[in-house]
Amino acid sequence: MDLAFTKEEQAFRDEVRQFFRDNVPPDTRRKLVEGRHLSKEEMVTWWRILNKKGWGVSHWPKEYGGTGWTSVQHYIFNEELQSYPAPQPLAFGVSMVGPVIYTFGNEEQKKKYLPRIANVDDWWCQGFSEPGSGSDLASLKTKAERRGDKWIINGQKTWTTLAQHADMIFCLCRTDNNAKKQMGISFIVFSMKSKGVTVRPIQTIDGGREVNEVFFDDVEVPYENLIGEENKGWDYAKFLLGNERTGIARVGVSKERIRRIKDLASKVESAGKPIIQDPAFREKLAACEIELKALELTQLRVVADEGKHGKGKPNPASSVLKIKGSEIQQTTTELLMEVIGPFAAPYDVHGDDGSNEAMDWTAQIAPSYFNNRKVSIYGGSNEIQRNIIAKAVLGL
Amino acid sequence: MDFDLNEEQRLLKESIDGLLTDSYDFEQRKKYMAEKGGWSKTVWLKLAEQGLLGLPFSEADGGFGGGGVETMIVMEALGKALVLEPYLATVVIGGGFLRHAGTDAQKAAHVPGIIDGSKTLAFAQLEKNSRYDLFDVTTTAKKKGDSYVIDGEKFVVLNGENADTLVVTARTKGDRRDKSGIGVFLVPANAKGVAKKSYPTQDGLHAADITFTGVEVGPEAVLGNPEDSLALIERVVDEARVALCAEAVGLMDESLKTTVEYIKTRKQFGVAIGSFQSLQHRASDMFVATEQARSMSMFATMANDFEDAKERSNAIAAAKVQIGKSLKFVGQQSIQLHGGIGMTMEARIGHYFKRLTMIENTFGDTDYHQRRVADAGGLI
Repeated sequence: MDLAFTKEEQAFRDEVRQFFRDNVPPDTRRKLVEGRHLSKEEMVTWWRILNKKGWGVSHWPKEYGGTGWTSVQHYIFNEELQSYPAPQPLAFGVSMVGPVIYTFGNEEQKKKYLPRIANVDDWWCQGFSEPGSGSDLASLKTKAERRGDKWIINGQKTWTTLAQHADMIFCLCRTDNNAKKQMGISFIVFSMKSKGVTVRPIQTIDGGREVNEVFFDDVEVPYENLIGEENKGWDYAKFLLGNERTGIARVGVSKERIRRIKDLASKVESAGKPIIQDPAFREKLAACEIELKALELTQLRVVADEGKHGKGKPNPASSVLKIKGSEIQQTTTELLMEVIGPFAAPYDVHGDDGSNEAMDWTAQIAPSYFNNRKVSIYGGSNEIQRNIIAKAVLGL
Repeated sequence: MDFDLNEEQRLLKESIDGLLTDSYDFEQRKKYMAEKGGWSKTVWLKLAEQGLLGLPFSEADGGFGGGGVETMIVMEALGKALVLEPYLATVVIGGGFLRHAGTDAQKAAHVPGIIDGSKTLAFAQLEKNSRYDLFDVTTTAKKKGDSYVIDGEKFVVLNGENADTLVVTARTKGDRRDKSGIGVFLVPANAKGVAKKSYPTQDGLHAADITFTGVEVGPEAVLGNPEDSLALIERVVDEARVALCAEAVGLMDESLKTTVEYIKTRKQFGVAIGSFQSLQHRASDMFVATEQARSMSMFATMANDFEDAKERSNAIAAAKVQIGKSLKFVGQQSIQLHGGIGMTMEARIGHYFKRLTMIENTFGDTDYHQRRVADAGGLI
């Protein structure tokens, strides 16, 4: 047991940090610090800088453009990225559909899609959830019918994040109605520009428009857009969700937010003194920092374990990451609300175009608090995570 | 970064787990509790035979040169088996003072007896009103030629009944809450003027309240600087806190395991109660709390080697907070999920709950340490 980072790992951290300092556009960083939404151009610009450096798809196998880093290096990279902060790679392409394609796709699909994912030539979105299929995802109804060399797709997806920017979608579709519900699903990718695709934005309680409903009305998709085998889509979906185990704790994001809380709390006054000097507030903040430190260590345990024993058998502690990570992210947004107090109220209808720069930054704090309620709901709600621990870890 | 045990550490874990599996089931424990001082000399000598009592001492002092990870392994195992023997008082705390401040002569006088199991120690620190502040000391040590004369009262001294030597904190100058002027003294338990009142503690250990009346000790009793040893005391108590964190992780592991086994077998309404989702989620939360505690126990073990004393103390305080929160949740919910049987002395689980509960209130509770972390400006 050796609980310290090696010299090489520390040097790697310095290298990564310096690269972010030199290359993240300052305005992009500022918007992230202030909890603003970025425009599509701002995100794509940054991802291409990252890709040019060779770090765009860092965790992919080397033959597809990955870096060959150790688990600990990936951890350091992610933590530095989140806490600088810089925009994280587009998960839908880089972490979700990319690995499915290089693991289960054919050579042609790999050649066609992977470089475009890495350079964000295509913006991908995820077609999983449906109005009637949330936690019970396998009950999904969107139908893909084989007609000659085409699929005809009909149905509706929802909570489709940033579908308004998307060029491509990876979609779970029912291809066999007679099989057990998990056995009749296929994994199909297609263009969002196809005829019969309609995107309708959903405004969330923070006022933002990150998520959408997507309707499919007789959408024609080439048969070859099926990834892997027909009716095996559920397996690929499980593989895809399993890949996201360690990133989901978002330790770096919470660290960055705690630094921001401290910064603001040393400026905002309460009872004639900066609120950071209020013992009750300070202890709440300390409690949150301690939880975060514990989570960071738990994450490192999972990372070190994966590095040593491979990703095959998940470390039981990995189930903790989603639950605690989301709770802590939510607590940090609560603490920010507490810091600004009555100035949480002014309303700012922010767009995704970043056109509201003149607005006082405090206007983003309440929206960020509202928006962060999602983190204990998405990616398998925290109640589902508890079911998973009970079943898979405790054997109940 | 590597959280796996190396070969030697794995062997250490196997050896102590093996020893305790053989000699520390619930019925055997009851017998040990009834022995003089509340623990078993036989088990203690077995620990000595396996080299566990000499673990943290340097090879030059006759020990094995074990570090923080080795102590963590032992303390977790002792927690898991709910061990009564005074490892914390003798090896971790008493041994800690000798390792950090003992002269060659003092080490020669005390360490061999610790290692071979013939001598035990106790830490006489707590006072009536000191609560968790280590610098709050009213017991006095007045200089008299080459000697010191100790007067005062110490409370809840773990292993105070059996210990051969008492490690006593006493003030050589200054006022009650001054941070300087505190010394540490090795006082023979049978010295003239030492009066003990012994009793069992809530968690089945034994402690004593000890009065010192004109107890005269020679220069060989003085550990470190008699006028400025607070940093030494903090160093050793930090190590004790780290050890308690590991013990608590062992206790939580066993509590969770026992509770999950119970709800798998206990049937109501014709089914195992573990099939109910409300109980499953509670057990999952216990697992989360235990893993977070384990992470912080490891962090504390790592922090124990930090060079900067403030950084070390802050990290260990943070660990004690997490352990305190986790142990309260795991302990309480273990009883809740056991239902009525959890309330009885005959079930194991209640004894784990009681030991966990006492750990929270030893060397600073959750609120105390949370305030320390807050006052230090947090961790980030």
